[in-house]
Amino acid sequence: MSLSVNIKKSLGAFKLDIAFESKDGVLGFLGASGSGKSMTLRCIAGIEKPDEGFIVLDGVTLFDSEKHINLPVQERHVGYLFQNFALFPNMTVRKNILCGLYSEKDIVKKKKISDDMIAMLGLQGLENHYPSQLSGGQQQRAAVARILVNNPNLLLLDEPFSALDSFLREQMQAQLADVLRIFNKKVILVTHSRDEAYQLCSNLALLHNGHILRIGGTKELFADPESRQGAILTGCKNIVEAQKVGENEVEVPSWGVRFTTAKAVRDGLKAIGIRAHYFNPKAAANHYPVLFVEEIEEPFAWVITFAFSTQKKNSPPIWWRIPKDRKTEVLPKELGVAPQNILLLYE
Amino acid sequence: MDWYPLYNSLRIAAISGVIVFFTGIFAAYYVARLPRLIKGVLDVILTLPLVLPPTVVGFFLILVLGPNHPVGNWFLNVFNIKLVMTWYSGIFAAAVVSFPLMYRTARGAFESFDETLTFSGQTLGLPNTYIFWRIRMPACKQGILAGAVLAFARALGEYGATSMIAGYIPGRTATISTTVYQLWRTDNGDLAFKWVIVNLVISAVVLLAVNMLEKKKTERWSY
Repeated sequence: MSLSVNIKKSLGAFKLDIAFESKDGVLGFLGASGSGKSMTLRCIAGIEKPDEGFIVLDGVTLFDSEKHINLPVQERHVGYLFQNFALFPNMTVRKNILCGLYSEKDIVKKKKISDDMIAMLGLQGLENHYPSQLSGGQQQRAAVARILVNNPNLLLLDEPFSALDSFLREQMQAQLADVLRIFNKKVILVTHSRDEAYQLCSNLALLHNGHILRIGGTKELFADPESRQGAILTGCKNIVEAQKVGENEVEVPSWGVRFTTAKAVRDGLKAIGIRAHYFNPKAAANHYPVLFVEEIEEPFAWVITFAFSTQKKNSPPIWWRIPKDRKTEVLPKELGVAPQNILLLYE
Repeated sequence: MDWYPLYNSLRIAAISGVIVFFTGIFAAYYVARLPRLIKGVLDVILTLPLVLPPTVVGFFLILVLGPNHPVGNWFLNVFNIKLVMTWYSGIFAAAVVSFPLMYRTARGAFESFDETLTFSGQTLGLPNTYIFWRIRMPACKQGILAGAVLAFARALGEYGATSMIAGYIPGRTATISTTVYQLWRTDNGDLAFKWVIVNLVISAVVLLAVNMLEKKKTERWSY
């Protein structure tokens, strides 16, 4: 199973220019709203037509501007889970699921497949309910069931948890991960949540302004996002301009400090990123005196903003996140960061 | 009392209702997806009969369907069919005048329809005709039904254009509305009043039917 996409589309000032190849597993599209994530999914599904390029799924050309191929949505066999789940409001759960079995003419088989899927997704007892009578989580399961009985070659999930309450979200994430494992489908999951991306996706593409910044293994991308946008998308709170001053040393002018890094610094370094939880009073290296600015309480952690004593006045304060049980009554005089925890950003 | 005007009015309204139901829906469906400029122009043209005086509509209809004018002349020569001053002339008048009501309400209903339902249907492999009739139409049922009833009621009460293109020939082109006017004009107020009552009863029954349909629908949806 493979998917190969190379498409361009202009929408006023916005230019979508996406190229990637993907094999098995779950590929995540992580990007801010307006980065072109959903538009890319819509192009793959055939709801939107790219201006040029090609889309090939498992050897079948879904779209090719040069060969004038543009398969109708119905012939692409691409499942699409919409943000609002798009269940048909005039049909019961069972009828909705049967819509996914439209081409199956054997009534006995239809009944069997839909019954199995209803059981598998825990929808028993809800078969004759209308979508408006279901909770958000139940609606999502019904929508997933409807897509899975259709047996698509590729599954597109468009921010599947954004319409759910936060406490339900984690539960549904775990459940969806299970379902995806069982059915072993090729999946593209669009999200703006780095938690979702990290938990569900084996590979990740970082999208910004209509193009892919980077694509690769999720863990590697989080460990080394390489660009400022990538660092922001993976949730890095502290990003600051920096210069290379040695093989393993960078200078941060606005903070007035130098850091040693574990990784060798390449030429063309633009900035560094330090995740908020990486600051540590006991760090072995990169220690500097700090002045504390403000404390913000979160449910399970404190966010403490600070500035290095050498920091320029107009430079925004730095974020330090520390779990509640590790916060001391008196704040440390110095903070440091381990050399391997400094993200080197080249764009 | 001669019941011919009732019979004639009902058949004109029914036939024009069926015509307008389908043409209105399909015009609404296709106009809604046109580029903005063309949509604006077509929208004005298709809605004009609603705001024009019916006599002006009748004037235009005669310009097209009259025996000395292109379409009317062609029908007369080829099929030997007269398009004006017959009972079915009233259908043309009723259909043109009531069309905007169906078109506009259906368009409003279609525009509030969630297009992701269409897309999700397509990704599931459902044919477009299935999506149109089994998903879009049921979702827009209320608006479309309201439009159809309004169009039917308007066709039933159509007077101006009808009187110009079909005239008033008792037993042939007479409708309830033209009959009421003729009876009043010829000092037959009592009989005119009877027809007014008939008209009121029909209108009340139609509106009652709509209310009951809507009630049924809300009961099924409430939870």
